[in-house]
Amino acid sequence: MSTLKMDLSSYKDLLKQYIETQNEQALYRAEQFSKHSIQQNISPDEIVDVHVQALSELYPDIPENIMNSMNFLLETMISYGLAYQEYQALREKQFELQSEISVAANMQDTLLSTTKPNVEGLDIGVTSHPAKQMSGDYYHFVQDQKGSVGIAVADVIGKGIPAALCMSMIKYSMDSFPDEQMYPSSILEGMNRVVERNVDPSMFITMFYGLYDQASNHFYYSSAGHEPGFYYSAKNDEFSEIEAKGLVLGVDRSATYKQYETLVEQGDMIVLLTDGVTECRAGERFIEREEISDVIHQYKHLPAQEITEQVYQHFERLQDFQLRDDFTMVIIRRDV
Amino acid sequence: MDFQSCVNIKKEWDIVGARQLGRDIAKKIGFGTVDQARIATAISELARNIYLYAGTGKVCFEAIEDINERGLRIVAMDEGPGIRDVSQVMEDGFSTSGGLGAGLPGVKRLMDDFDVISRQGEGTEVRVVKWLR
Repeated sequence: MSTLKMDLSSYKDLLKQYIETQNEQALYRAEQFSKHSIQQNISPDEIVDVHVQALSELYPDIPENIMNSMNFLLETMISYGLAYQEYQALREKQFELQSEISVAANMQDTLLSTTKPNVEGLDIGVTSHPAKQMSGDYYHFVQDQKGSVGIAVADVIGKGIPAALCMSMIKYSMDSFPDEQMYPSSILEGMNRVVERNVDPSMFITMFYGLYDQASNHFYYSSAGHEPGFYYSAKNDEFSEIEAKGLVLGVDRSATYKQYETLVEQGDMIVLLTDGVTECRAGERFIEREEISDVIHQYKHLPAQEITEQVYQHFERLQDFQLRDDFTMVIIRRDV
Repeated sequence: MDFQSCVNIKKEWDIVGARQLGRDIAKKIGFGTVDQARIATAISELARNIYLYAGTGKVCFEAIEDINERGLRIVAMDEGPGIRDVSQVMEDGFSTSGGLGAGLPGVKRLMDDFDVISRQGEGTEVRVVKWLR
């Protein structure tokens, strides 16, 4: 209010200038005045009040009915002023929420952090990006003493905070399994029971679990309705789908998961992903799965980590840098 | 408390009567045009709440004058159903009046001091003060 009172004389001068010259300069200054007033949280009724005061000082013999009409105008502005203040308060609240979410996102990063294992003969790359601040994608590596590597990739259908909360639960359940060699089918069966007990039926979680046995170069895997990955055969220089059937987690308590196995030859790649990758859209069109394998093929001479990053950058650009869903890709290549 | 000036709220038209009396007293105390308009709007909200949710009640006015300060106290009372969750009613955007920035949060913004006491099944009393600056 004090700022406004200070501005009364400048408003009066401005108004006088405009009434006398009607030039654009005065109107430009009026624009500046209103922007400044907004910054000072001055509501429309106060502006009308300043106008009325300036008017009566400039034209002391202004007709009474005109002055009355100005007071009428002021009265109609009161509710606008209230709505404006409410808007300001809600905006502050929104900033608060946003900063809370970014704290939560940081916590999630810490919570879900996993170390990419360093295994001789295996080149592993991973890239994961949330569509919003918090991710509903999850990936996790486990390494046992014999050098076998377990890889979990999961996706909560949905994104944002509900998906992120759900993901934390997955993380804790995974931690409760022993690190020692666990077969994919038994891990998924265990997870299925946890999810069935703890998660709202409207929430779906898909999961892929793979175990790479370094001694025999066998890859064992099972899938709970998860987006199929790709298998790259170096010998034939071609990609095929990693087919694995299984019910999404949490639907049927007694679901069992079939375990598959394959021999990984030198130079072969296992590509695991979430549907944020396959459901990328170029304009209105969903991309074809071949487009993903084509892009991987294009970069296959690079280290696994760089391939995943290149693929991400490719599809990020294709979608005008606005991810629609969380994006996670893991590549495991047998080097030796 | 003994108030000199009260307006009973029974029908919608009484809201206008409450506004008029409140504005007259505000003018006498020395409030300017903007504050008069704000006080009148606050009275509208309080009286309309009584009319809509309690059916009947009253809005009372008291000029406060002591050595340091002058102001206007408005007390709106009813014996209606009461407010179940005052905190919720005080949240922005909760107002059932269509989110027009009014409701009780609006009254709080229009006035300087604000207090509400509500007991379920017994009624509600809203006490507000506007100080003359």
